[in-house]
Amino acid sequence: MSETLLRTEGLTVVFGGLVALSGLDLEIRRGEIVGLIGPNGAGKTTAFNAITGVVQPSSGRIFLGEEDITARPAPKIAAKGIARTFQQIRLYDDLTVIENVMVAGHSSVRYTFLEAVTGLGRFSADEKRISEYAEYLLELMGLSDVISAKASALPYGRQRKLEIARALALRPTVLLLDEPVAGMNPMETKGFADLLRRLHRELNLTIGLIDHDMGFVMNVCHKIKVIDHGVPIAWGTPNEIRTDQKVIAAYLGTAA
Amino acid sequence: MTRDRILTAAAVGILLAFLWFADRTFSAYSIRILNTIAIFSIVAVTYNLINGVTGQFSLGPNAFIAIGSYTSALLTLSPQEKAASFIIDPIVWPLSVISVSFPVSLIAAGVLAGLIAFLISVPVFRVRGDYLAIVTLGFGEVMQVITNNAVSITNGPLGLKGLYPHTTLWWSWGLCIFTIICTVRLVNSSYGRAMKAVREDETAAEAMGIDAFWTKTLAFTFSAFFAGVAGGLLAHLITTISPSLFTFFLTFNLLIIIVVGGLGSTTGALIGAVLFAWGGEALRVVEEPFTLFGYDLPGIPGMRMVIFSAILILTMIFARSGIMGRREFSWQAAIDLGSTLLQRIRRT
Repeated sequence: MSETLLRTEGLTVVFGGLVALSGLDLEIRRGEIVGLIGPNGAGKTTAFNAITGVVQPSSGRIFLGEEDITARPAPKIAAKGIARTFQQIRLYDDLTVIENVMVAGHSSVRYTFLEAVTGLGRFSADEKRISEYAEYLLELMGLSDVISAKASALPYGRQRKLEIARALALRPTVLLLDEPVAGMNPMETKGFADLLRRLHRELNLTIGLIDHDMGFVMNVCHKIKVIDHGVPIAWGTPNEIRTDQKVIAAYLGTAA
Repeated sequence: MTRDRILTAAAVGILLAFLWFADRTFSAYSIRILNTIAIFSIVAVTYNLINGVTGQFSLGPNAFIAIGSYTSALLTLSPQEKAASFIIDPIVWPLSVISVSFPVSLIAAGVLAGLIAFLISVPVFRVRGDYLAIVTLGFGEVMQVITNNAVSITNGPLGLKGLYPHTTLWWSWGLCIFTIICTVRLVNSSYGRAMKAVREDETAAEAMGIDAFWTKTLAFTFSAFFAGVAGGLLAHLITTISPSLFTFFLTFNLLIIIVVGGLGSTTGALIGAVLFAWGGEALRVVEEPFTLFGYDLPGIPGMRMVIFSAILILTMIFARSGIMGRREFSWQAAIDLGSTLLQRIRRT
């Protein structure tokens, strides 16, 4: 069995009087694709926000490998190798497609501010490395033809792909995708599932994802965690989840 | 690209030749305008870095120019000159004996302005939002009070007089070109991309490993450093400085420059600075008595500001992103534009 890469212990987030997430224990092993599902308002995005440092957890701990990363600042967590996409697309609209991806190379930049201003030292080599990797990722995501278009000019589906390319430019060990196929038609979703599997294989990725498209989630995930109203209710393989009574009750309601 | 490098080098060469020519043949008044253009360009290009590129609304350049002016002036005046002009209160000890060369005083002016900007950044950028505007606006007023009342350092409202006119065309334009090169390089580096990412979406920038705090601090400190250097140049151009030179009015003018030029565009800031410094002189006619359509109009002081305000309002209505928007000059675009114009002329 492979090692645990990302682990949360009793992760709880409280906003004022509202318990958005309560006692989430999540374990993602190296190389796995793990799904996080649940009805609207279940706390899935809150879990991602707490893991990536966007919101502060009220209690509980988060580990990346052996290291405790609970409540570290968001940029530190990103630089340590947890990259994410957002439920509502958040690109840098006024920047070009390749600039969007190159931004994520900033944490790996070795040249200093003075080398940037003078153009000396490691500047040229580092810029070349970052732009070449960005081009490679854009090719992988099928965005090579729009490299110098503004991000805001892309259609919705391609913006989603650009967000993933940008996250990949961090060279993450764990990639968290928040509703990657939301708004896609069944054909696009199928194409995206194939792409995701290819990325998983080619880049040795470990992936956590949230989605409401059950067909897609059951299709690509190795393990699934179900939460409802902030409380975890089930954990298992897609087949186990499909037949779990609590999950069926959460999604369809129980007979009164 | 090599072609672009050759063209840039040629353009700088032509500029230097023009300056050499201007230096020998132009009137003192024209040379003064050219110097002013260079100094305003230095401030505008770096002010645009914090306001336009990083998207943090600063209202502080007047304060940093004041710091630079006073620092540089107090360092170049000789001990005898200082003793003679401080008639209310004698000048405090270390300043009363220090006297350094002009270049050293410029570096000191930049470093002190940058250092103070850095100290302001630490509390301000810990939180998100428009606090920078409030704090820098307040800081500008604090600087007014300090320069007026710390008489044993600044000589109060009397100001500092009799500075040696060190600022030649070579100094002002040399530093202007240096500033532009540094700023353009910074904007096109990973640090510049980080600044733009913070402007576009701070949360998404932090999720991609960018430390928004340091990025904003870098932009703000960089911009204050050059405002300080420009202040030193300004002091040794006009040779007399007093607190009234550095009111909020100065910041307001700089805002007009970068907004009309195009917020976020270095080229735009440059165009804005040239138009403002040159236009400000060209428009002097409206403040003198003149005849319009047969009517004799008396000279109205302050009429130029009415025209500037009207231009700003018209820009906001008809061209909200300014002259350049966020576009930048490139040789390719210039060549393309030239060839289309040429074709049109041929056709007609």
